[in-house]
Amino acid sequence: MTWDWQVFCKNTSEDVIEASCWAGGGDQTYLQWMLHAWGWTLAVAGCAWVVSMVVGSVIGVLRTLPNSPGVVRAANAWVEMFRNVPILVQLFIWYFVVPKAFPVFQQVPGFLLVVFALGFFTSARIAEQVRAGIQAMPRGQRYAGMAMGFTTFQTYRYVLLPMALRIILPPLTSESMNLLKNSSVAFAVSIAELTMFAMQAQEETSRGIEVYLAVTALYALSAFAVNRIFAFIEKKVAIPGFIVAGGTGGGH
Amino acid sequence: MLGGLDLSFVNWEIISKFVANGFFFSVQLTIVATLGGIFFGTLLALMRLSGKKAFVVPATVYVNGMRSIPLVMVILWFFLLVPLIIGRPVGAEASAVITFIAFEAAYFSEIMRAGIQSIPRGQVFAGQALGMTYAQNMRLVVLPQAFRNMLPVLLTQTIILFQDTSLVYAIGAYDLLKGFVTAGKIYGRPEEAYLLAAIVYFAVCFGLSFLVKRLQARIAIIR
Repeated sequence: MTWDWQVFCKNTSEDVIEASCWAGGGDQTYLQWMLHAWGWTLAVAGCAWVVSMVVGSVIGVLRTLPNSPGVVRAANAWVEMFRNVPILVQLFIWYFVVPKAFPVFQQVPGFLLVVFALGFFTSARIAEQVRAGIQAMPRGQRYAGMAMGFTTFQTYRYVLLPMALRIILPPLTSESMNLLKNSSVAFAVSIAELTMFAMQAQEETSRGIEVYLAVTALYALSAFAVNRIFAFIEKKVAIPGFIVAGGTGGGH
Repeated sequence: MLGGLDLSFVNWEIISKFVANGFFFSVQLTIVATLGGIFFGTLLALMRLSGKKAFVVPATVYVNGMRSIPLVMVILWFFLLVPLIIGRPVGAEASAVITFIAFEAAYFSEIMRAGIQSIPRGQVFAGQALGMTYAQNMRLVVLPQAFRNMLPVLLTQTIILFQDTSLVYAIGAYDLLKGFVTAGKIYGRPEEAYLLAAIVYFAVCFGLSFLVKRLQARIAIIR
């Protein structure tokens, strides 16, 4: 078998190899298409990450609220619901079922529906980590907050969350990397992201191995970048003298 | 029914004709991939803990490599490569089985590695003091305990694995999800089919994780 990396310089609409690997005037090469697809992957994953962090933190906090069993139960139900259905099925639910059941969602662009699907799916996992982080704090921390006359909100804002979020940074790192990898399911609803590009370019060019290698490298590179960003954050926000136990993340 | 969704089309014929086959394949894939994944995962874990560079490096590269690629891409890779390697076309189902064993081995190896490392050093020394070889020590002393300690985590991973089997959609293998999608298409009710698929997956996974929680509580008491 021989390599043929020139496939990336090929024009996607005409059968010519662009010398600069870059086509102008409305045309594009496979390289341009792939970079564009990479952008979509990062956009989907990035937006979903914001949704998952916000929703996940709120749900995680709700699961630890004192004296509100109803709220805790509802938040637990949220986590169970989004954790026990495969991401692909959740994606189909958001993309096809929700707009049919609730006509308001027919105006919402497909990109956002995918973001919701990935974001809420991941929020359940984040909520699980946030809950574990808060419960890993010594009980005395909460009591100290109460003794200071803090409201529940203040206790969380100033006492519990600053430490809990630091503790869970390692598992949050792997959940964020999982989110990036899971964004590959968006191919199933024809979002023009990397996996979709891989499948289509493979079919059009028959140079599957080269195409897959490039796409795999971009995924690995992106996941590695997420890892480094979190390592940087971890170092930046570390409190001197306070050693945080490393955690491990599972699943994918 | 909610905003134009109508589940009344569902009957026993649909289930036995379209869904049962898919469900059977998903379960089969889960079981085979779990057993194969634990077997090869344990081998990978032993390689990584062997302290011999010739074993540690390839096992580490394999595990970290697999874990940094999306499963969908791994599925596509194997679907492309397996026919090239064995020299004849393979079906999507066979390709899926090979893919999941290879992919899950990486995740199971991390679990088994943690399990083996959780065994106190004294156990290994005791085995050595009894004159056991490395293989005997692993087989009779370390692995049974590691396996037992990690049982809840292994089962949780199996539930995740069952959910992941839905991704064989990418190569068109006929699994549980595909069964519902096919039925939905034929009866012109795709949305309802997705909803039913979600309910079935939820029931299976929620039920299993409930059982794992019970098991975890029991094991914790015995220990």
